[in-house]
Amino acid sequence: MNKVENTAINSYNKANSAQVSLQTFVNDPYKQKLQTGLGSPNAPDIFFNWGGGNLEQYVKAGQVFDLTSALNGDSTWKKSFIPSVLNTAKINGKYYGVPVEGVQPAFFFYNKDVFAKAGIKTPPASWNDLLTDVDTLKSKGITPITVAGSQGWTELIYLEYLLDRVGGPTKFQNIVDGKAGAWKDPAVVTSLTMIQQLVDRGAFGTNYASVNWDNHGTQTLLSSAKAGMELMGSWEFSGLLGTFPDVIKQNKIGWFPFPGGIPGGTGNPKDVVGNPDNYLSVTTTSKSRDTAVDFLKKTMADKNYVKDLISIGQVPAIEGIQNQLSTGSYGDYNTFVYSLVKNSPSFTQSWDQALTPAVSQSLLTNLQKVFNKQMTPQQFADAMDQGQ
Amino acid sequence: MTTSVNSGRPGAIWAVPALAFFAVFALVPMVLVVALTFTTWNGLGSPTWAGLANWKHLFHDATLGQSLWLSFKLTVISWVVQTLVALPLGVWAAGRQRNRAVLSTIFFVPLLMSSAAIAVLWSALLDPNFGLAAKIGPWLGVKDGNFIGQPSLAFYTVAVVIAWQYIPFHTLLYQSATRQIPEVLYEAATMDGAKRLRQFWSVTLPQLRNTVVTSSVLMLVGSLTYFDIVLILTNGGPGTSTRILPLHMYLTGFSSFQMGYASVLAVILLVAGTALSLVVTRVTGFRRMQSQREGL
Repeated sequence: MNKVENTAINSYNKANSAQVSLQTFVNDPYKQKLQTGLGSPNAPDIFFNWGGGNLEQYVKAGQVFDLTSALNGDSTWKKSFIPSVLNTAKINGKYYGVPVEGVQPAFFFYNKDVFAKAGIKTPPASWNDLLTDVDTLKSKGITPITVAGSQGWTELIYLEYLLDRVGGPTKFQNIVDGKAGAWKDPAVVTSLTMIQQLVDRGAFGTNYASVNWDNHGTQTLLSSAKAGMELMGSWEFSGLLGTFPDVIKQNKIGWFPFPGGIPGGTGNPKDVVGNPDNYLSVTTTSKSRDTAVDFLKKTMADKNYVKDLISIGQVPAIEGIQNQLSTGSYGDYNTFVYSLVKNSPSFTQSWDQALTPAVSQSLLTNLQKVFNKQMTPQQFADAMDQGQ
Repeated sequence: MTTSVNSGRPGAIWAVPALAFFAVFALVPMVLVVALTFTTWNGLGSPTWAGLANWKHLFHDATLGQSLWLSFKLTVISWVVQTLVALPLGVWAAGRQRNRAVLSTIFFVPLLMSSAAIAVLWSALLDPNFGLAAKIGPWLGVKDGNFIGQPSLAFYTVAVVIAWQYIPFHTLLYQSATRQIPEVLYEAATMDGAKRLRQFWSVTLPQLRNTVVTSSVLMLVGSLTYFDIVLILTNGGPGTSTRILPLHMYLTGFSSFQMGYASVLAVILLVAGTALSLVVTRVTGFRRMQSQREGL
């Protein structure tokens, strides 16, 4: 990743006799460094962030330069980004960042051998198909869907998708905006009820709450044909490639979007959830603000930068790169990820990143309780409403 | 030339380095933590004054009651289980037979491992599909190996793993204490016609009294700070089923970034720990520590 960015920086510096340099940190120390660095005399000109709630706190503190006029003033540049991804850096109607790396939507992975043996010909296209396939797999003694229930964030993807399919993206936006009663919305309760119905149906088997994602628990189940499907972020592909390269090379893993067709659902089945992207933003205090904006303009959608990103397995949020993606390695996978995001009217950021750390914590523990039937959907809604 | 009786002997000044260390690394942080309880702070920037808000939040914290109860339960269970295993094992390991020496060495292996390593090891063993849990579960009535996923079972599983970690240390205490018991006591007992079991009850056990107290204090007070294993093994889950007080404090502080309220929990833990160790030492007469060997 750094290599690609350094190449981009060097070529910019050469062409523009400017002095852009890259400083890198590990995830959590970076967040601390940023918090103390912004607003200080040593503030960076450009900083890396996660968009959404993460970026919003800096915007609120008045530390982020508004890129709206820069983007609107150069419509070719603006149009080069996929709108649903660019929108994650849009706060109160203004753009504060531009996508810098690859998109990471969540969707289903499945084991093709398992589906074939169970006589399932095509991946489920609707919610009812999914339920039918769950029953079929269960009757064959296979765990239909594996979920790493010992880690709440893996269960969260279900709630994120179901709420979107049931009530559309505004339901979660209300929660983010802190609207009164947003957690108690009937759509939230309906989504959680559907989760418990999946649990009761045996969709996740019985021991999912002991399964751990960090230990490759779900990857092992999926690759060893003990489980049929897994709902996970696009990073699971490179994860599987690292742990079980054979199943990828032998083309045993397939993928399909989270199905729509939920009875009574008003959400668009093309919506996606996950981590839209990482973003680069410019600080208000930057002394070379114009150069910083110019750097973003000339680099972020640049052909060579995009090509380099694709070469390291990232799917950049740039319009019109289907051909480039399809001809590279794992082209079918990258094309799928790309079109999933490109065709999505809305890309909801993972809730645990969009919400404050304290709310995310209670969200994850309460959701585990819902999955383990220790809490009813209504109790969940009430607890979250009261900030527990 | 006058030589004082105390010359060359430890004076107050000798304690300065240790006291300074204690002040800097224990007292000052404690005072700071108490100060933090009156502030709101997310770990970055400066704390802002919050008055008693954090203390009032104690009454609205739905998890607190459960955390306290789980910590209490874990303390009692750990003390009973670990003592009941470590004491007989220590006495057995005190024997000089070669097979006992070999086996004891194996038993002491967990002592060499860090808590984090133990937790990672056990989380692999407890994987319900590919770990030992999958093989052993059916024997123990847990068909699907779901040890750390079932709310009720997860707690006892954690207690077992903690026991596995700490029993070797206490066994070592009992082993060395048993070896200190003068041989003459056993010779006398044998002459009086006492069999091995009687010797254990009437000679070994009374002689181990102070060791029992020491080991118990370490277990009871130590169990209030069990944390790393639970963090890595279950992270307090499923839900909040294993969220003991120290973990509740940690997660509130370092996952929710509510440093003020986490400090309140830290103060509670500090008070509970101090109170417990005072009570235990008083009740057991630990402070008097009379000799068990008068006349020998």
